[in-house]
Formats: sequence, structure tokens, C-alpha cells
Amino acid sequence: MDFFMEFPSLSRAELASLRRSIDGAFRDFTRSWAETLESFFNPLLRFLVWFENLLLATPWPVILIVIGGLCFAGARSWKITAASVLAFVTIGYFGMWEDTMSTLAIISVATFLCIAIGIPLGIVMARSDRMQAAITPVLDVMQTIPSFVYLIPVVMLLGIGKVPGLIAVCIYAIPPIVRLTNLGIRLVDKDILEAADAFGASPRQKLWGVQVPLALPNIFAGVNQTIMMALAMVVIASMIGVQGLGVPVLRAISNQYLALGVMNGLAIVALAIIFDRVSQTYGKRLQAHRKGHGHD
Amino acid sequence: MTDAKVRISNLYKIFGKAPQKVLPLVRDGLSKTDLLEQHNHVLGIQNVSLDIPEKRIQVVMGLSGSGKSTLIRHINRLIEPTAGEILIDGEDVLSMSDSQLQDLRRFKASMVFQKFGLLPHRRIIENVAYGLVVQGKSAAQCDKQARHWIDRVGLSGYEDHYPAQLSGGMQQRVGLARALATDAEILLMDEAFSALDPLIRYDMQSILLELQNELHKTIIFITHDLDEALRLGDNIAILRDGAMVQQGDAQQIVLKPADDYIRDFIKDINRGRVIRLGSLATGQPPEQGAPLSGDTLLEDALTQLVDAPDQRLAVANKEGRLIGAVTLKDALQAMRS
Repeated sequence: MDFFMEFPSLSRAELASLRRSIDGAFRDFTRSWAETLESFFNPLLRFLVWFENLLLATPWPVILIVIGGLCFAGARSWKITAASVLAFVTIGYFGMWEDTMSTLAIISVATFLCIAIGIPLGIVMARSDRMQAAITPVLDVMQTIPSFVYLIPVVMLLGIGKVPGLIAVCIYAIPPIVRLTNLGIRLVDKDILEAADAFGASPRQKLWGVQVPLALPNIFAGVNQTIMMALAMVVIASMIGVQGLGVPVLRAISNQYLALGVMNGLAIVALAIIFDRVSQTYGKRLQAHRKGHGHD
Repeated sequence: MTDAKVRISNLYKIFGKAPQKVLPLVRDGLSKTDLLEQHNHVLGIQNVSLDIPEKRIQVVMGLSGSGKSTLIRHINRLIEPTAGEILIDGEDVLSMSDSQLQDLRRFKASMVFQKFGLLPHRRIIENVAYGLVVQGKSAAQCDKQARHWIDRVGLSGYEDHYPAQLSGGMQQRVGLARALATDAEILLMDEAFSALDPLIRYDMQSILLELQNELHKTIIFITHDLDEALRLGDNIAILRDGAMVQQGDAQQIVLKPADDYIRDFIKDINRGRVIRLGSLATGQPPEQGAPLSGDTLLEDALTQLVDAPDQRLAVANKEGRLIGAVTLKDALQAMRS
């Protein structure tokens, strides 16, 4: 009867030795590769530090003007631009300027990295069903596995600091851009592709002339999602030594400082909304050609 | 060599998992329905042979599902056949390498689509220049040629619009200009005017005929509309269930339909606009009255026949030689049946 009451499992000793051997193997891997990896990521670290320092060293009015300019260039809307600048003024007034600059730095670099890796990956996926079948489950794991679980190996390998934080953010934030690039290219109208084929377009002419431009609205939705998810990781990243708005939130959690937590939390929300509105209106502008402006 | 520009011989296309396996069964006469029921394969094209003459309009007609759009896609190999042979200018299309095929599509055969197939993110001028850009022409040349063809199809002033801003008929003019701009000798038109409403369709047919008068392309025109086929086609081939039922010029099809399927097809058409006097002329031509040309359509000859003495007129062939006479009664009878 015992067999049915208790699930047949490995014994405690067996499990312990299994875990020990995996941990040991990974530790050995860490010992032999950590330095190589660190030097591999070194340029990234230097860029991140340089960018953060640049944001911090620039006088705040200049930053405000640049942000306003970028918002207007993206959204072409005075309302969004004014609201964005006002949000930054408020953030600064409540003493969160420096943390916000740090967060802005890591989010920008993480987004840039995700785009640089994610879009080519999405294109590869769109061109081969086999690649899609291979990559999709990996993306599923990346999106659903609790962040703390992959923080362990990342920290073991690279220690605590900006680069492991950046990697953790990217792992969490990259799936949407890969997925939506893939989806966008696959959704391109078959009739239009056939027309390109019929005129003798080469695969490259088709990709850059037809597929990617027509997938842009979807790719852009992916960029937008990636930014949102990167912002969602700010607090977790601060646990492994990333400066920014996450640090005070973390302090507020452990000391039950309600006001501090809410203020910094709202600052993250403000950043998210600004990024979202600007990138969305920009994405919409990209599809202006889809709407007929009324003929005749 | 014969003068066929495009020669299709014994073409078969079977859609499914193992077309080569069921091909022998089809060759032995297995029907389309049986093939689908017993082997789960769809018969697209069934032993079609067709010689398409140079500088003429060859219409391929059939109802939906008859394989006509499948057939036209074999000519530039957008679809690979299961068996058969396709020659363009005597060159075997099926043995072409990828780059040869690319050149065929770029320089020799361009295409117009039922759903237009325009690039929605590019302006009209960029759409028309698409084939030229793909060919690798210089920007200035693309621009110049594209403007020329936009003008020829009557869309001057719309160069900087986007396709979605134009009506269906205008969009298909863009499609036509794009196909003509590459200077290809062969024009493949897949139900090019089927998505347009009747008046616009008639306009587009006129534009096509007008351009053809001057350009003399080899045009392969797919349609399900008999009126369109009779109006445009120097030659008409009729497909049914992927097999060729009849081919010939408009008069041959109207006067000698091969079977009930085609008889059904031509039941409602205006025969007076298809049949020409030449095919009715018999007997001794009368002495009096100027003879009519054998190319005259019955419809156009009626008033003259009514006014003629005895309601009977002489008919002459192209060289002006009298070939017989037509009476009003003959003409009316030919138009009725």
C-alpha cells in the first residue's frame, strides 16, 4: 500500500548528491570561465558606466531639453512632450533625479541590446520553421521562469554589479521583441510577397524591401513591450547591485517606508508611461500609409 | 521551331504530400474527385498543353477551381509542376537555376495580380519602379521610366500617393504600370480586372487593348468572365477541373462549342459582338451594293443589312476578294441560337 500513498522518488541522499554534482560542475565552469566572460562583457560595462556618468554629469536643463526633443521627434505631439517634461521636473523636484538617470541609463542600454539581438533572432525565426520550433520554448522559459532563479547562475558567474543586472533585465525583456518580429514577418500578406517573387526579388530584396518594412508596426509593438518589461525588472536588478530607482524601493520594502516606496514606484510608472506613449505614437506614425486619406 | 512564345506541354500539377506517387494513377485517368477521396491529393492541372503565340493576347478561362491561376503561375514558376514541360522562347523554364529564374522574372515575364499586390508602404512611383529597382537600374532611370508609365496609364499627379489612397481601379493601373515598366516581353495577368466593378473593368480592358496595339506584348490573361475573354482574347483556352476543354478564337468557341460545359458558358453572351460576317458568308455575292469586310461584327452589320436591297449584302475578305453573301435572316439566326 505504501507505494500508492507516497510518490516514488529519489532518496534524500541521491537528490543531495545530484544537486551537489550539478552545483560542483557549475562552480568548476565558473572558475575556469568567469574571467573570460568578464572580459567579454567589459566593453559593455564601460559603455554602461560612461552613459550613466554622461547622464549624471550633464546639467539637468540640458537633459530636460534633450528629453523634450526626443519625445517630440518620436510622438510629434506637444501634449505628450509637455507631459513628459513635466513628469521629469516633478521627479527631480522630489529628489529622485540621480536615481532616475541611472535607471534611464540601464533601460536604454538594455533596450538597445535587446533590439540588436532580438530583431535578427526574430528574422531568423521567421525564415525557418525549424528555428521557430527551437527558439519558441526557450522564449517561453525566459518569460516564465522566476527571475530569481536565473539570477543565481548569473551572479555566480559575474558577481554582483551592473553587467549581471543588465543580463538579467535582458533575459526578461528580450522575448517580446523576438516574438513580435517573427510574428510580424510571418503575417506579411502572402499576395504582396508573391508579387515581389514574381518580379524576381532576391531573398535579401524581399526581406529588407518588403518583409521588414511591413512587419515594422509589429516589431515596434515588440520594442514597446521590451521597454515595459525592462522597467518591470528595475527593482529585481537593484537586488544585484544595479543603481537606480529600484534601490530606494528595495530599502522601502525592508524598512516599511511607505512614502519612499510609493514615490520611487510612481517615478518608474512615469518613465514607463512616457516610453510607452512616445513609442506607440511613433509606431502609429509609421503606419500612416495604411490609412487611405480619402481619394477622389 | 514553331513561333510559340510560350509552350506548355503535358503539364500536370498535383497538390499533396506525395504527388509523384499518385501521378501514374492520374495519367491512367483517375478523376479529380476520386483522387481527393482515395488519396487525399488535389488535382490542379491535368495534362494541359498550350502553345501561346508571340505578341498576341492568350486568354485562359475557367470557373474558380478550374486551375487557371495555378496554370499561369507555372509559366514563371511561382508554382513547380509535378510533370510536364514549359518552354519560353525554346528555353526550358523547369531546368533553370535560381539565378536564371530570377532573370526570367526580372526581365522577361512580369505579372499583374487580382489583388494588385502593391507595396502598401511605398508611394505609387516607388511601386511602379519596383521591378526596375529589383533589376538594379539606377535611381534616375527608375524614376524616369516609372513616371513615363504612370503617365501612360493615366495616373499623372498621383506619383506621391500611397496605394491605400487610390480606388481599386487606380490601384490596378499602378499594377499594370509596374508590370509594363520592366519592359518584359511577356505579361502574365492573373484575373487582373476581376476585382473591379463592371464599368471600371471595361475601362481597364480598353486601356489594355490600346496599349497592346502599340506594345505588342505576349499577354497571358486569366479570367472567369466570358465577355472579358471574348473582348480581349486573340485566342481563348477554356479549363475545367484542371483540364483543357477547348481552345480557339472567340468565333470558334461561340460557333462550335466543344461540349455542354462550354455551351452553358456561352449561353448568355451577346453573339452579335463576337461573330463576324466572314464566318456566315455563303453562296453567290449579289451584284449591287458595296461589299462589307468579313471582319465586321454582326451587330455592326445589322443596320446596313436592313437597308440593303433584298436585305442581302456581299462580303469580302481582307484582300478585297468577294467570298459570299449574308442575308439579314442569316445574321439574325446566328445571333439567336
